[in-house]
Amino acid sequence: MRDSHPDLIELSDPAPKILYCRCAFAQVVPDAVKDQVLEQLLESGASFESVADLCEMSARNDPRLGELIAGEGPVRIAACFPRAVKWMFHHAGYPFPDDDRVEVLNMRELSAEEVVKGLLAPAPPEKVNE
Amino acid sequence: MRTNFHPIQVILYEGVGSEPLIAPDRLSLSISLLDQGYSILRITQQAKSSHLLASSEIPCLVLGRFTGPLPEFERAGAPKIATRDIATLDVEAILSLVNDLSEELDTELNRPNQPGSWKPWYPVIDYDRCTNCMQCLSFCLFDVYGVDENKQIQVKNDDNCKTNCPACSRVCPEVAIMFPKYASGPINGQPVNKDDVARESMKIDISSLLGGDIYASLRNRSDQAKSRFSKERSPDKALQERKRCLVQLQQSGMIPAEVLAELDLASLPSPEAIERKAREFIAMQGAKE
Repeated sequence: MRDSHPDLIELSDPAPKILYCRCAFAQVVPDAVKDQVLEQLLESGASFESVADLCEMSARNDPRLGELIAGEGPVRIAACFPRAVKWMFHHAGYPFPDDDRVEVLNMRELSAEEVVKGLLAPAPPEKVNE
Repeated sequence: MRTNFHPIQVILYEGVGSEPLIAPDRLSLSISLLDQGYSILRITQQAKSSHLLASSEIPCLVLGRFTGPLPEFERAGAPKIATRDIATLDVEAILSLVNDLSEELDTELNRPNQPGSWKPWYPVIDYDRCTNCMQCLSFCLFDVYGVDENKQIQVKNDDNCKTNCPACSRVCPEVAIMFPKYASGPINGQPVNKDDVARESMKIDISSLLGGDIYASLRNRSDQAKSRFSKERSPDKALQERKRCLVQLQQSGMIPAEVLAELDLASLPSPEAIERKAREFIAMQGAKE
Protein backbone atom coordinates (compact mmCIF):
# COMPACT_ATOMS: atom_id res chain seq x y z
CA MET A 1 0.00 0.00 0.00
CA ARG A 2 1.29 3.42 -0.87
CA ASP A 3 1.74 6.11 1.73
CA SER A 4 -1.29 8.35 1.67
CA HIS A 5 -0.88 12.00 2.42
CA PRO A 6 -2.58 12.91 5.70
CA ASP A 7 -4.55 15.77 4.18
CA LEU A 8 -6.08 13.54 1.58
CA ILE A 9 -7.53 10.66 3.51
CA GLU A 10 -9.79 12.07 6.16
CA LEU A 11 -13.28 11.85 4.78
CA SER A 12 -15.28 14.04 7.16
CA ASP A 13 -14.94 17.78 6.75
CA PRO A 14 -17.62 20.11 8.09
CA ALA A 15 -16.43 23.07 6.03
CA PRO A 16 -18.67 23.93 3.08
CA LYS A 17 -17.42 22.73 -0.28
CA ILE A 18 -16.70 25.69 -2.50
CA LEU A 19 -16.92 25.56 -6.28
CA TYR A 20 -15.94 28.41 -8.59
CA CYS A 21 -16.96 28.43 -12.25
CA ARG A 22 -14.78 30.45 -14.60
CA CYS A 23 -17.34 30.51 -17.45
CA ALA A 24 -14.35 30.26 -19.78
CA PHE A 25 -16.34 29.36 -22.88
CA ALA A 26 -18.39 32.55 -22.95
CA GLN A 27 -18.22 36.12 -21.75
CA VAL A 28 -21.48 36.27 -19.88
CA VAL A 29 -19.98 36.70 -16.41
CA PRO A 30 -18.27 40.08 -15.97
CA ASP A 31 -14.48 39.63 -16.09
CA ALA A 32 -13.92 41.98 -13.18
CA VAL A 33 -16.26 40.05 -10.93
CA LYS A 34 -14.96 36.59 -11.74
CA ASP A 35 -11.32 37.73 -11.47
CA GLN A 36 -11.91 39.39 -8.11
CA VAL A 37 -13.81 36.41 -6.74
CA LEU A 38 -10.99 34.08 -7.74
CA GLU A 39 -8.33 36.37 -6.32
CA GLN A 40 -10.14 36.77 -3.01
CA LEU A 41 -10.77 33.05 -2.72
CA LEU A 42 -7.09 32.34 -3.28
CA GLU A 43 -6.10 34.97 -0.74
CA SER A 44 -8.52 33.57 1.82
CA GLY A 45 -6.49 30.42 2.24
CA ALA A 46 -9.56 28.28 1.66
CA SER A 47 -9.45 24.98 -0.14
CA PHE A 48 -11.81 25.02 -3.09
CA GLU A 49 -12.48 23.59 -6.48
CA SER A 50 -12.53 25.68 -9.64
CA VAL A 51 -13.70 24.58 -13.05
CA ALA A 52 -13.32 26.11 -16.48
CA ASP A 53 -17.00 25.98 -17.33
CA LEU A 54 -19.94 24.20 -15.73
CA CYS A 55 -21.90 24.31 -18.99
CA GLU A 56 -19.12 22.42 -20.74
CA MET A 57 -18.99 19.84 -17.95
CA SER A 58 -22.75 19.44 -18.06
CA ALA A 59 -22.62 18.83 -21.81
CA ARG A 60 -20.09 16.05 -21.16
CA ASN A 61 -22.16 14.60 -18.28
CA ASP A 62 -18.94 14.91 -16.32
CA PRO A 63 -19.10 12.62 -13.24
CA ARG A 64 -17.16 15.23 -11.32
CA LEU A 65 -20.41 17.22 -11.12
CA GLY A 66 -21.92 14.39 -9.12
CA GLU A 67 -18.90 14.27 -6.82
CA LEU A 68 -19.07 18.00 -6.25
CA ILE A 69 -22.56 17.89 -4.76
CA ALA A 70 -22.23 14.50 -3.10
CA GLY A 71 -22.21 14.12 0.66
CA GLU A 72 -24.32 15.76 3.30
CA GLY A 73 -22.50 19.01 3.95
CA PRO A 74 -23.17 22.42 2.45
CA VAL A 75 -21.99 23.19 -1.07
CA ARG A 76 -21.53 26.74 -2.36
CA ILE A 77 -21.19 27.43 -6.05
CA ALA A 78 -20.04 30.73 -7.60
CA ALA A 79 -21.44 30.70 -11.12
CA CYS A 80 -24.45 32.33 -12.79
CA PHE A 81 -28.22 32.24 -12.31
CA PRO A 82 -29.19 29.62 -9.71
CA ARG A 83 -32.08 28.34 -11.85
CA ALA A 84 -29.70 27.68 -14.75
CA VAL A 85 -27.05 26.02 -12.56
CA LYS A 86 -29.56 23.78 -10.80
CA TRP A 87 -30.96 22.43 -14.05
CA MET A 88 -27.54 22.14 -15.69
CA PHE A 89 -26.59 19.65 -12.99
CA HIS A 90 -29.88 17.86 -13.63
CA HIS A 91 -29.18 17.91 -17.36
CA ALA A 92 -25.89 16.13 -16.69
CA GLY A 93 -27.65 13.47 -14.61
CA TYR A 94 -26.69 14.82 -11.20
CA PRO A 95 -29.72 16.64 -9.76
CA PHE A 96 -29.37 18.87 -6.74
CA PRO A 97 -30.48 17.28 -3.46
CA ASP A 98 -33.98 18.19 -2.33
CA ASP A 99 -32.73 20.03 0.73
CA ASP A 100 -31.21 23.50 0.53
CA ARG A 101 -27.60 22.55 1.21
CA VAL A 102 -26.49 23.58 -2.30
CA GLU A 103 -26.34 27.34 -2.66
CA VAL A 104 -25.56 29.13 -5.91
CA LEU A 105 -24.09 32.63 -5.87
CA ASN A 106 -24.69 34.53 -9.07
CA MET A 107 -21.60 36.31 -10.42
CA ARG A 108 -23.70 37.80 -13.24
CA GLU A 109 -25.59 39.99 -10.78
CA LEU A 110 -23.81 40.09 -7.42
CA SER A 111 -20.64 42.00 -6.62
CA ALA A 112 -17.41 40.11 -6.02
CA GLU A 113 -17.55 41.02 -2.34
CA GLU A 114 -21.09 39.66 -1.98
CA VAL A 115 -20.13 36.43 -3.72
CA VAL A 116 -16.99 35.86 -1.65
CA LYS A 117 -18.80 36.68 1.57
CA GLY A 118 -21.42 34.07 0.73
CA LEU A 119 -18.84 31.48 -0.26
CA LEU A 120 -16.73 31.85 2.86
CA ALA A 121 -19.52 32.20 5.41
CA PRO A 122 -19.28 29.54 8.12
CA ALA A 123 -21.51 26.54 7.77
CA PRO A 124 -24.74 26.74 9.78
CA PRO A 125 -24.26 25.16 13.22
CA GLU A 126 -26.63 22.31 12.51
CA LYS A 127 -24.59 21.39 9.44
CA VAL A 128 -21.34 21.47 11.42
CA ASN A 129 -22.73 19.13 14.03
CA GLU A 130 -23.97 16.59 11.53
CA MET B 1 -17.76 18.14 -29.89
CA ARG B 2 -16.38 15.03 -28.23
CA THR B 3 -17.95 14.35 -24.87
CA ASN B 4 -16.83 10.87 -23.86
CA PHE B 5 -13.65 11.83 -22.05
CA HIS B 6 -12.47 13.35 -18.80
CA PRO B 7 -9.88 16.14 -18.84
CA ILE B 8 -7.03 15.94 -16.41
CA GLN B 9 -7.64 17.67 -13.11
CA VAL B 10 -4.92 19.85 -11.66
CA ILE B 11 -4.49 19.73 -7.90
CA LEU B 12 -2.71 22.76 -6.57
CA TYR B 13 -1.34 21.42 -3.33
CA GLU B 14 -0.45 23.92 -0.60
CA GLY B 15 -1.19 21.68 2.36
CA VAL B 16 0.96 19.98 4.96
CA GLY B 17 4.46 19.24 3.70
CA SER B 18 4.57 22.06 1.21
CA GLU B 19 5.13 25.80 0.93
CA PRO B 20 2.41 28.08 -0.41
CA LEU B 21 2.84 29.55 -3.86
CA ILE B 22 3.67 33.22 -4.24
CA ALA B 23 0.32 35.06 -4.40
CA PRO B 24 0.65 36.73 -7.85
CA ASP B 25 1.96 33.49 -9.36
CA ARG B 26 -0.87 31.50 -7.82
CA LEU B 27 -3.47 33.86 -9.28
CA SER B 28 -1.82 34.04 -12.68
CA LEU B 29 -1.43 30.26 -12.85
CA SER B 30 -5.03 29.65 -11.78
CA ILE B 31 -6.46 32.06 -14.35
CA SER B 32 -4.29 30.64 -17.13
CA LEU B 33 -5.19 27.04 -16.36
CA LEU B 34 -8.91 27.75 -16.10
CA ASP B 35 -8.92 29.80 -19.28
CA GLN B 36 -7.26 26.91 -21.07
CA GLY B 37 -10.06 24.61 -19.95
CA TYR B 38 -8.51 22.85 -16.94
CA SER B 39 -10.16 22.30 -13.56
CA ILE B 40 -8.23 22.98 -10.38
CA LEU B 41 -8.61 21.64 -6.88
CA ARG B 42 -6.73 23.89 -4.51
CA ILE B 43 -5.79 22.29 -1.18
CA THR B 44 -4.41 24.41 1.62
CA GLN B 45 -3.33 23.86 5.19
CA GLN B 46 -6.89 24.77 6.22
CA ALA B 47 -8.09 21.59 4.57
CA LYS B 48 -8.87 18.67 6.78
CA SER B 49 -9.75 16.44 3.90
CA SER B 50 -10.19 16.06 0.23
CA HIS B 51 -13.07 13.67 -0.12
CA LEU B 52 -13.39 14.76 -3.76
CA LEU B 53 -9.94 13.55 -4.56
CA ALA B 54 -10.46 10.40 -2.56
CA SER B 55 -13.49 9.36 -4.57
CA SER B 56 -12.57 10.61 -8.00
CA GLU B 57 -11.57 8.35 -10.83
CA ILE B 58 -10.49 11.22 -13.02
CA PRO B 59 -6.80 11.47 -13.98
CA CYS B 60 -5.09 14.13 -11.95
CA LEU B 61 -1.84 16.00 -11.64
CA VAL B 62 -0.67 17.16 -8.20
CA LEU B 63 1.49 20.29 -8.24
CA GLY B 64 3.19 21.78 -5.20
CA ARG B 65 6.28 23.33 -3.68
CA PHE B 66 7.03 20.30 -1.59
CA THR B 67 9.38 20.64 1.36
CA GLY B 68 10.26 16.97 1.63
CA PRO B 69 10.03 13.91 -0.55
CA LEU B 70 7.19 14.01 -3.07
CA PRO B 71 4.07 12.64 -1.41
CA GLU B 72 2.33 9.73 -3.04
CA PHE B 73 -1.42 9.91 -3.14
CA GLU B 74 -3.79 7.05 -3.04
CA ARG B 75 -7.29 6.99 -4.45
CA ALA B 76 -9.68 4.13 -4.74
CA GLY B 77 -9.81 3.17 -8.37
CA ALA B 78 -7.67 6.09 -9.46
CA PRO B 79 -6.52 5.29 -12.97
CA LYS B 80 -3.80 7.89 -13.38
CA ILE B 81 -2.09 10.29 -11.03
CA ALA B 82 1.13 12.26 -11.33
CA THR B 83 2.96 14.45 -8.81
CA ARG B 84 5.40 17.21 -9.69
CA ASP B 85 7.39 19.70 -7.62
CA ILE B 86 7.05 23.20 -9.10
CA ALA B 87 9.29 25.03 -6.61
CA THR B 88 11.78 26.07 -9.28
CA LEU B 89 9.31 26.73 -12.13
CA ASP B 90 7.75 29.98 -13.26
CA VAL B 91 4.13 30.21 -14.41
CA GLU B 92 4.92 29.66 -18.09
CA ALA B 93 6.96 26.59 -17.30
CA ILE B 94 4.19 25.20 -15.10
CA LEU B 95 1.65 25.69 -17.88
CA SER B 96 3.92 23.92 -20.28
CA LEU B 97 4.39 21.11 -17.78
CA VAL B 98 0.63 20.70 -17.36
CA ASN B 99 0.07 20.56 -21.10
CA ASP B 100 2.83 18.01 -21.54
CA LEU B 101 1.60 15.80 -18.71
CA SER B 102 -1.96 16.05 -19.98
CA GLU B 103 -0.74 14.49 -23.21
CA GLU B 104 1.42 12.01 -21.36
CA LEU B 105 -1.56 10.85 -19.31
CA ASP B 106 -3.50 10.58 -22.57
CA THR B 107 -6.27 12.96 -21.54
CA GLU B 108 -8.23 15.34 -23.71
CA LEU B 109 -9.57 18.83 -23.24
CA ASN B 110 -12.12 21.14 -24.82
CA ARG B 111 -10.19 24.37 -25.10
CA PRO B 112 -12.13 27.63 -24.95
CA ASN B 113 -11.51 30.65 -27.11
CA GLN B 114 -9.75 28.81 -29.91
CA PRO B 115 -10.66 29.66 -33.51
CA GLY B 116 -13.67 27.55 -34.43
CA SER B 117 -13.81 25.99 -30.98
CA TRP B 118 -17.01 24.48 -29.63
CA LYS B 119 -19.25 26.60 -27.48
CA PRO B 120 -21.45 25.04 -24.84
CA TRP B 121 -24.80 25.93 -26.39
CA TYR B 122 -27.78 23.72 -25.73
CA PRO B 123 -31.17 24.05 -24.05
CA VAL B 124 -31.54 23.32 -20.36
CA ILE B 125 -35.04 22.44 -19.20
CA ASP B 126 -36.45 23.76 -15.96
CA TYR B 127 -38.62 20.85 -14.89
CA ASP B 128 -40.18 22.94 -12.14
CA ARG B 129 -41.91 24.82 -14.96
CA CYS B 130 -42.10 22.33 -17.83
CA THR B 131 -45.57 20.85 -18.43
CA ASN B 132 -44.41 18.33 -21.02
CA CYS B 133 -46.49 19.99 -23.72
CA MET B 134 -44.04 18.88 -26.45
CA GLN B 135 -44.12 22.21 -28.27
CA CYS B 136 -40.32 22.38 -28.20
CA LEU B 137 -40.07 18.89 -29.64
CA SER B 138 -42.34 19.89 -32.46
CA PHE B 139 -40.79 23.30 -33.06
CA CYS B 140 -37.14 22.29 -33.23
CA LEU B 141 -36.25 20.94 -36.64
CA PHE B 142 -32.93 19.49 -35.54
CA ASP B 143 -34.12 16.73 -33.23
CA VAL B 144 -32.50 18.28 -30.19
CA TYR B 145 -35.46 17.10 -28.12
CA GLY B 146 -36.74 13.63 -27.39
CA VAL B 147 -38.60 11.78 -24.67
CA ASP B 148 -37.42 9.36 -22.02
CA GLU B 149 -38.95 6.05 -21.07
CA ASN B 150 -41.57 7.91 -19.02
CA LYS B 151 -42.55 10.02 -22.04
CA GLN B 152 -40.98 13.05 -20.38
CA ILE B 153 -39.47 15.64 -22.69
CA GLN B 154 -35.68 15.66 -22.63
CA VAL B 155 -32.77 17.27 -24.38
CA LYS B 156 -31.48 14.24 -26.24
CA ASN B 157 -29.03 15.61 -28.77
CA ASP B 158 -27.11 18.62 -27.42
CA ASP B 159 -24.78 18.67 -30.39
CA ASN B 160 -27.64 19.17 -32.84
CA CYS B 161 -28.45 22.56 -31.29
CA LYS B 162 -27.45 25.52 -33.43
CA THR B 163 -25.12 27.90 -31.65
CA ASN B 164 -26.75 31.17 -30.63
CA CYS B 165 -30.22 29.99 -31.64
CA PRO B 166 -32.57 30.17 -28.62
CA ALA B 167 -35.69 29.91 -30.79
CA CYS B 168 -37.32 27.03 -28.90
CA SER B 169 -37.14 28.93 -25.63
CA ARG B 170 -39.12 31.76 -27.17
CA VAL B 171 -42.06 29.52 -27.96
CA CYS B 172 -42.10 27.57 -24.70
CA PRO B 173 -45.40 28.62 -23.08
CA GLU B 174 -44.03 28.01 -19.58
CA VAL B 175 -40.66 29.77 -19.92
CA ALA B 176 -39.08 26.44 -19.02
CA ILE B 177 -36.24 26.39 -21.58
CA MET B 178 -32.98 28.14 -20.76
CA PHE B 179 -29.75 28.80 -22.60
CA PRO B 180 -27.30 29.69 -19.81
CA LYS B 181 -24.86 31.39 -22.20
CA TYR B 182 -27.55 33.73 -23.56
CA ALA B 183 -27.25 37.39 -22.70
CA SER B 184 -30.76 38.24 -21.56
CA GLY B 185 -33.36 36.92 -19.19
CA PRO B 186 -35.36 34.89 -18.69
CA ILE B 187 -33.74 32.76 -21.41
CA ASN B 188 -30.39 32.88 -19.55
CA GLY B 189 -31.95 31.41 -16.42
CA GLN B 190 -32.88 34.64 -14.74
CA PRO B 191 -35.86 34.08 -12.46
CA VAL B 192 -39.21 34.35 -14.17
CA ASN B 193 -40.51 37.33 -12.32
CA LYS B 194 -44.13 37.01 -11.40
CA ASP B 195 -44.21 40.66 -10.41
CA ASP B 196 -43.08 41.79 -13.84
CA VAL B 197 -45.65 39.96 -15.82
CA ALA B 198 -48.57 37.95 -14.62
CA ARG B 199 -48.04 34.30 -15.34
CA GLU B 200 -51.10 33.94 -17.51
CA SER B 201 -50.01 36.75 -19.76
CA MET B 202 -46.68 35.00 -20.32
CA LYS B 203 -48.32 32.01 -21.87
CA ILE B 204 -48.38 31.83 -25.59
CA ASP B 205 -51.32 29.64 -26.37
CA ILE B 206 -50.50 27.71 -29.48
CA SER B 207 -53.98 28.01 -30.90
CA SER B 208 -53.89 31.76 -30.58
CA LEU B 209 -50.47 31.77 -32.22
CA LEU B 210 -52.14 30.30 -35.24
CA GLY B 211 -54.85 32.93 -35.28
CA GLY B 212 -54.67 35.53 -38.01
CA ASP B 213 -53.84 38.44 -35.76
CA ILE B 214 -51.25 36.86 -33.48
CA TYR B 215 -48.37 38.96 -34.76
CA ALA B 216 -50.39 42.14 -34.43
CA SER B 217 -51.49 41.22 -30.94
CA LEU B 218 -47.94 40.36 -29.91
CA ARG B 219 -46.72 43.67 -31.25
CA ASN B 220 -49.47 45.45 -29.35
CA ARG B 221 -48.57 43.61 -26.19
CA SER B 222 -44.95 44.49 -26.70
CA ASP B 223 -45.79 48.14 -27.12
CA GLN B 224 -47.90 48.10 -23.99
CA ALA B 225 -45.62 46.12 -21.73
CA LYS B 226 -42.11 46.95 -22.90
CA SER B 227 -40.97 44.32 -20.49
CA ARG B 228 -37.86 42.20 -20.92
CA PHE B 229 -40.17 39.24 -21.19
CA SER B 230 -42.15 40.53 -24.10
CA LYS B 231 -38.93 41.61 -25.80
CA GLU B 232 -37.31 38.22 -25.43
CA ARG B 233 -40.28 35.99 -26.08
CA SER B 234 -41.40 36.44 -29.61
CA PRO B 235 -42.62 33.91 -32.14
CA ASP B 236 -41.41 36.28 -34.86
CA LYS B 237 -37.87 36.14 -33.51
CA ALA B 238 -38.13 32.42 -32.96
CA LEU B 239 -39.14 31.78 -36.54
CA GLN B 240 -36.43 34.10 -37.85
CA GLU B 241 -33.78 32.35 -35.78
CA ARG B 242 -34.91 28.93 -36.86
CA LYS B 243 -34.95 30.03 -40.51
CA ARG B 244 -31.49 31.58 -40.21
CA CYS B 245 -30.09 28.33 -38.84
CA LEU B 246 -31.61 26.38 -41.70
CA VAL B 247 -30.26 28.75 -44.32
CA GLN B 248 -26.78 28.52 -42.79
CA LEU B 249 -26.99 24.76 -42.90
CA GLN B 250 -28.16 24.83 -46.50
CA GLN B 251 -25.30 27.13 -47.44
CA SER B 252 -22.84 24.81 -45.74
CA GLY B 253 -24.20 21.90 -47.77
CA MET B 254 -25.63 20.08 -44.75
CA ILE B 255 -29.24 20.35 -45.89
CA PRO B 256 -30.15 19.83 -49.55
CA ALA B 257 -32.19 22.66 -51.05
CA GLU B 258 -35.05 20.31 -51.92
CA VAL B 259 -35.37 19.26 -48.26
CA LEU B 260 -35.42 22.85 -47.14
CA ALA B 261 -38.07 23.65 -49.70
CA GLU B 262 -40.39 21.05 -48.17
CA LEU B 263 -40.21 22.61 -44.72
CA ASP B 264 -42.76 25.13 -43.59
CA LEU B 265 -40.61 27.92 -42.27
CA ALA B 266 -43.26 30.58 -42.19
CA SER B 267 -45.39 29.40 -39.32
CA LEU B 268 -45.29 27.68 -36.01
CA PRO B 269 -46.57 24.10 -35.83
CA SER B 270 -50.30 23.58 -35.40
CA PRO B 271 -51.67 21.82 -32.32
CA GLU B 272 -52.37 18.82 -34.54
CA ALA B 273 -48.78 18.81 -35.80
CA ILE B 274 -47.43 18.97 -32.24
CA GLU B 275 -49.64 16.10 -31.16
CA ARG B 276 -48.73 14.08 -34.22
CA LYS B 277 -45.00 14.58 -33.75
CA ALA B 278 -45.21 13.76 -30.05
CA ARG B 279 -47.18 10.58 -30.82
CA GLU B 280 -44.67 9.61 -33.48
CA PHE B 281 -41.76 10.20 -31.13
CA ILE B 282 -43.33 8.28 -28.28
CA ALA B 283 -44.17 5.40 -30.63
CA MET B 284 -40.60 5.44 -31.90
CA GLN B 285 -39.33 5.42 -28.31
CA GLY B 286 -41.65 2.50 -27.51
CA ALA B 287 -40.40 0.55 -30.51
CA LYS B 288 -36.81 1.04 -29.33
CA GLU B 289 -37.72 -0.36 -25.91
